[in-house]
Amino acid sequence: MSSLTVVRPGLMTTIQDAGRWGRQGSGVPVSGPMDAYSHRLANRIAGNPDSAAALEITVAGPVLRARGSVVCAIAGADFDVRIDDVVADTASWFELPDAGVLRFGERRAGARAALAVRGGFDVPATFGSRASSVAACIGPFGGRPLRAGDELPIAEAGPVVHAHGRPLDLPRGGARLRVIMGPDQAVFDAHAVTQFLGARFRLTADSNRMGYRLEGPTIEAPRGGDLLSQATPMGSVQVPPSGQPILLMADRQTTGGYPRIATVISADLPLAGQLAPGDWVEMAACTPVGALQALRLLERALTGEAS
Amino acid sequence: MSTLRIAPAGDAALLAEWPARIDPALNARAVALGRALAHHRSDLRDVVVAYASVTLYFDPLVTDAARLEADVVALEADLPDAVATQGRLHEIPVSYGGADGPDLTEVAEAAGMTEHEVIARHTGVTYRVYMLGFMPGFAYMAPLDPRIAAGRRAVPRKRVPAGSVAIAAGQTGIYPVETPGGWQIIGRTTVTPFDPDRSDPFLFEAGDRVRFHPTERV
Repeated sequence: MSSLTVVRPGLMTTIQDAGRWGRQGSGVPVSGPMDAYSHRLANRIAGNPDSAAALEITVAGPVLRARGSVVCAIAGADFDVRIDDVVADTASWFELPDAGVLRFGERRAGARAALAVRGGFDVPATFGSRASSVAACIGPFGGRPLRAGDELPIAEAGPVVHAHGRPLDLPRGGARLRVIMGPDQAVFDAHAVTQFLGARFRLTADSNRMGYRLEGPTIEAPRGGDLLSQATPMGSVQVPPSGQPILLMADRQTTGGYPRIATVISADLPLAGQLAPGDWVEMAACTPVGALQALRLLERALTGEAS
Repeated sequence: MSTLRIAPAGDAALLAEWPARIDPALNARAVALGRALAHHRSDLRDVVVAYASVTLYFDPLVTDAARLEADVVALEADLPDAVATQGRLHEIPVSYGGADGPDLTEVAEAAGMTEHEVIARHTGVTYRVYMLGFMPGFAYMAPLDPRIAAGRRAVPRKRVPAGSVAIAAGQTGIYPVETPGGWQIIGRTTVTPFDPDRSDPFLFEAGDRVRFHPTERV
């Protein structure tokens, strides 16, 4: 069986699959990739099912050594990638030879790359998923980020042939995200909504896989807004009493009690997942119909089907 | 029964909520609606019952949100006016105070009573599990006796041991794993709300009932 050994882990490298669905009612976070589009694209290029376990590589990438030859594919953030110090062509799949060293260097755009290997990482599943939840300590390696010396076994599987389309358009310094207002819009007055939609926020340094803390104009939080905790989908924008919104991401807790002024649409979540601390964010209101059209467009871009 | 509001929580989740209230009958209704939907719809990715709401997660490329909303309305209308609570009863032994419950003294002082009186108030109620959240297996239980309804700690603890029995804002709960936490820790139990290696990893589910009993220090 082939494997990858972590020589240097990078800033924050985790194993992720399509997410741990079906257990949120017991408090288990979904986790999964921050940019599900690039995760699926990397798997498709590698010849895997969309949900295969792959690496999510954050901002500063790892150094990995192959044991046995490994077919790799990379999507998402644009890194300088080298195989034994030779620049790799990552536009398609490539083979990392036995004992070859794959090195992620300078990051040119985006925040997170997906590295898929043909066959997928063969790590134990918890509740049917190989996603890592750092906060809940669930997943491969106890959900923790990878460390030097970790060995990542790879399942043996022939390629699954399916079409794939183009890479995600990466944000350059920031992104405009489309949102469906609410579900707690009733507790925000018109001024707060106008302010929210007209603002340019920045991701603060303590943004992570659980959520992005957004710095900008103070959004008037509802006075005496005595909300009971409810489920918190990825993309929810909470406004805590400080008035500085929090955009909930892949590793969020299952429930929360802060009012949610808006929710980022599914089609724009991959783009959100490519943001790094310091990047700007603006929000634009969108209808449910517009959200569905945008998602269908993105799905066609991923699968390569004609629109 | 009060009016159900259905609203999109983004394009991949639907929220069905009643006016916010911590009420056993209303929560029983939410539990029943969640079960009915999970039974009726095989396309849902997750069903999350909370105090007075149910959130349904779906894939917008698969599920028609308008049809799902119609199903929610129909299934809710089919529920009986009074939904019976059928949850299991859990008996939880707790070692109160001392190193196991470092906040018990402070809670007692704030309430103007002795530690024994706080323990008597905490053990004198059969709690309802209203929802799970925050972390795997964490159950929100209520109602806490209002005379010991302590607020959250001003500065959350960096590490709360697994098994800690805590109170805050009219609720009580048991920390399933060691984690940072802001609730007041009044005791500890050997009962494990979450054990991934157990055949049923989650001890509690919404609708269960819970009683605490004082025991020797664990």
